[in-house]
Amino acid sequence: MMPQANVLVIAPLRPEREAELRGLLASMNFVPGQVNPANALVPFGQFSQIHVARFVILDDQTTGDLQKAYGIPAPKYPLSLAFLADFDGPADAFRADLAKRAGKGLERIFSCCDGFAPGADLAGWMKEREISSATNYVNWVGRTVTQIREEDALRLTIESHLQAKSAAFAEKNPREIHATLREFLQTEIRAGRLALTPQPATPFGWWLRNAAHFIAVPLLLLVLSPLLLLYLPFFAYQLRSREKSDPEIAPRVEACYEEQLATLEDYDVTNQFTAMGSLKPGAFRRWTLIFLLWLLNWTTRHIYTRGQLARVGTIHFARWVFVNDRRRLLFASNYDGALETYMDDFINKVGWGLNLVFSNGVGYPTSRWLVLDGSKDEQKFKYFLRRHELPTNVWYKAYPGLTAFDLKRNTLIREGIEKTHLSESELRQWVALF
Amino acid sequence: MLPAVDYSDVQGLVRFGFANMTEAVYLLLNVRDPQAARAWLAQAPVTTATETNPVPSTALQVAFTRQGLEALGVSDRVIAGFSAEFLSGMAGDANRSRRLGDTGANAPSAWEWGGSGRIPHMVAMLFAERGRLDGWLRSIRGAWFLEGFNEMGWLTTSDLGGREHFGFIDGISQPLIDWNRTRTVSANGNQLAYGNVACLGEFLLGYPNEYNRYTDRPLLDSSDRGAENLPNAEDQPGKRDLGKNGTYVVIRQLRQDVRAFWQYADEATRTAHETGHGVAEAMVGRRLEDGASLAPLSGASIAGVGTTGSEAKRRQDVRLNQFNYATDPDGTDCPLGAHVRRGNPRTPDLPGNPSGILSELMHMLGFGETSLHEDLAASVRFHRVLRRGREYGPGLSPGEAIQPAPPGDPERGLHFIALNANIERQFEFVQNAWMARTKFDGLTEESDPLLGNREPVRGCPFTNTFSIPRKGKVRKRLMEMPQFVTVRGGAYFFLPGIRALRYLAEAGGA
Repeated sequence: MMPQANVLVIAPLRPEREAELRGLLASMNFVPGQVNPANALVPFGQFSQIHVARFVILDDQTTGDLQKAYGIPAPKYPLSLAFLADFDGPADAFRADLAKRAGKGLERIFSCCDGFAPGADLAGWMKEREISSATNYVNWVGRTVTQIREEDALRLTIESHLQAKSAAFAEKNPREIHATLREFLQTEIRAGRLALTPQPATPFGWWLRNAAHFIAVPLLLLVLSPLLLLYLPFFAYQLRSREKSDPEIAPRVEACYEEQLATLEDYDVTNQFTAMGSLKPGAFRRWTLIFLLWLLNWTTRHIYTRGQLARVGTIHFARWVFVNDRRRLLFASNYDGALETYMDDFINKVGWGLNLVFSNGVGYPTSRWLVLDGSKDEQKFKYFLRRHELPTNVWYKAYPGLTAFDLKRNTLIREGIEKTHLSESELRQWVALF
Repeated sequence: MLPAVDYSDVQGLVRFGFANMTEAVYLLLNVRDPQAARAWLAQAPVTTATETNPVPSTALQVAFTRQGLEALGVSDRVIAGFSAEFLSGMAGDANRSRRLGDTGANAPSAWEWGGSGRIPHMVAMLFAERGRLDGWLRSIRGAWFLEGFNEMGWLTTSDLGGREHFGFIDGISQPLIDWNRTRTVSANGNQLAYGNVACLGEFLLGYPNEYNRYTDRPLLDSSDRGAENLPNAEDQPGKRDLGKNGTYVVIRQLRQDVRAFWQYADEATRTAHETGHGVAEAMVGRRLEDGASLAPLSGASIAGVGTTGSEAKRRQDVRLNQFNYATDPDGTDCPLGAHVRRGNPRTPDLPGNPSGILSELMHMLGFGETSLHEDLAASVRFHRVLRRGREYGPGLSPGEAIQPAPPGDPERGLHFIALNANIERQFEFVQNAWMARTKFDGLTEESDPLLGNREPVRGCPFTNTFSIPRKGKVRKRLMEMPQFVTVRGGAYFFLPGIRALRYLAEAGGA
């Protein structure tokens, strides 16, 4: 299995070059926000390892909320450019590949940022400015772009074969269907019309680190549990007293901002989402969030690795990243459907999980005991999310037209076709995938 | 005990379908002379939701677009309190059109009304018993009316005896509104069983909705001019509620190509080796003859099904609506993409019918799924609409429809009318996520068999198929399904409560 990795590069802009940068980024798109995979600057389509990527200017309009809510002077953060990518294989190889094949274009983009001189070591410059996620979510750990494309081709081949031979298949039982299709596909593969590349070996170093992480987090929790238990009553008191007084800042966004965001959406069956906000002031919220995201990251690394984040099966990749000395949080995701559907899924399926994380942000709709209410104040929550959302300047997804569910179904089709022995009920379920 | 609903402050359409009034016409109006328009509105005989004996034989309902409120002189500050979708309008920006499937042949630029520059200010909906509409029209269109309004157009209707143009019984499943305010929902709790009862706030502004919250609407200070006659806001002491007892009305003129539908279904029935009206029924999800669901009836009762009306009505409701799709996870009884299944997938908040706290917790964390499609379309209670549409154009039986069209074949279709308190979460969600989206419930390459626009989706080889799953066999798949329904017009209206209507009639006055 080849696990995915990701990068996030954040670099402050040179103010005098902001307009130029915006123009450059816009020139990469074929419709607003949707990158042309063959654009001249960073031809994402040529990188067979990239799943999703984006450029976004982190123009957070909500930094003044600290002043509004707590009377704390709004910090001045320099306007920055962020580059995010999720890809197969290790980050070092990715950076080198990027510098080699898109170096010129990236130089043009990054030369609008502080501290970049053309001719500098691009990969090194990026690495220096990288920030790792507090929590990272991958819909299906180890499913490569190659695998996704091969499995999509597999499904389409089967579907058109079933359609062409519908009379012959009409009365077959599941076992006959499976056997006939297996035979047909073996012919297709032998003829070179279809490929199902075997899973590569899991890198040993990755496996070891992953196993160590799997054990270390619960172990550490176990060791700390007496202390945590002792602290719990104090924590509850601190939490509740804050929750009762933390102000909400969740007005409906201005129509023009709403339009600016919506113009970037709903061209593909999947959309991007980038949002940013300030943490509530003080060590309590900061350490609460650090602890929670640390726990959440354990679940996304070891539990939610095959198609679902709790009940939500529509997220391809997502991450939560601390920036600016853990005073701000950046959230980026790639989700299926329109934003309204996404937010409803969030509220109805994992409202408690949203509260857990985002209630530590300034202005979040009032929550109770960290998991209750909050997002269940549906309209305020939606306004809050939209208000913190940032227009994503450039977004790439390697497999337009495919949802996370499509990918799951295609993988199940492939797993079924590669098995010679399936039980009667497994065969029935498999036949229902078409 | 929550305060009772003042039916005399609610327009009747929210509570009644006016079924006895089989004639109706919807007048699309523009304000010509604001003063005369206000004078007419101030005394317009608008029918309320109060029960009368005998039932009225005529009815009038009025609703406004944003442009209409502006034309009446309502202040910008007040108008800004309405929902963003209402303010923007159904065809207000290309992003919304993309979401609603209003692209290609459905694009607002080709609409007869409702597109840019063709947005009516107001709709006056007139209903009457057979033979009485002409007289009712004459009495409504008096001197003030004609002075106050320009008529942009009339949307006429026809009575097909409870069936829509494709021949199926329409309006079988409607949410049951909790008029008595006895339904309690907790913001954090899950509803573990599918039910048909909806909080009043889903369909009337000013009351708690299914999240136990009050949907945003314009609230005024008591000191604002004219506000003293508005009802108090239940949730915000000291505020007057312009939305209270009002709701939003979505009107869409949908042209139905009845001949194309039956000719396609007829051909597909033969090639797919189905019998009778098998393919058409699979597309709809109900039987042509009696409206029975293709999914089996459930043994257990469903809250809000078969609980109102006469004994015969209750029995009929049970026969037609006491079912959900939990027993048919793969769609082998009723296709996953059937129109009524898309329109209401009948799912509770949590799949799998968990029993006990531990089981519920496991489901909340995403464990214990027993079928692939189980949790793809959850919590339908937040996405219900009340349908009040009526047909237009002459009827055509399936037998006639498979004949070629004669020259000058008239247009026929549905004036789709949906009432909801939150357009984005109710009508737009259903239209976008359930009807237009080719990925609904794990499907791919197909949109709603009736409403879908078959426009291409990037990266998808088809958008014009329809799958009929079969138990233990390869699915049947229909290909090259044409577009049967084309949007010809539409707008979002605000249907005010009676006191709010009087406020609007006076607000712009000097």
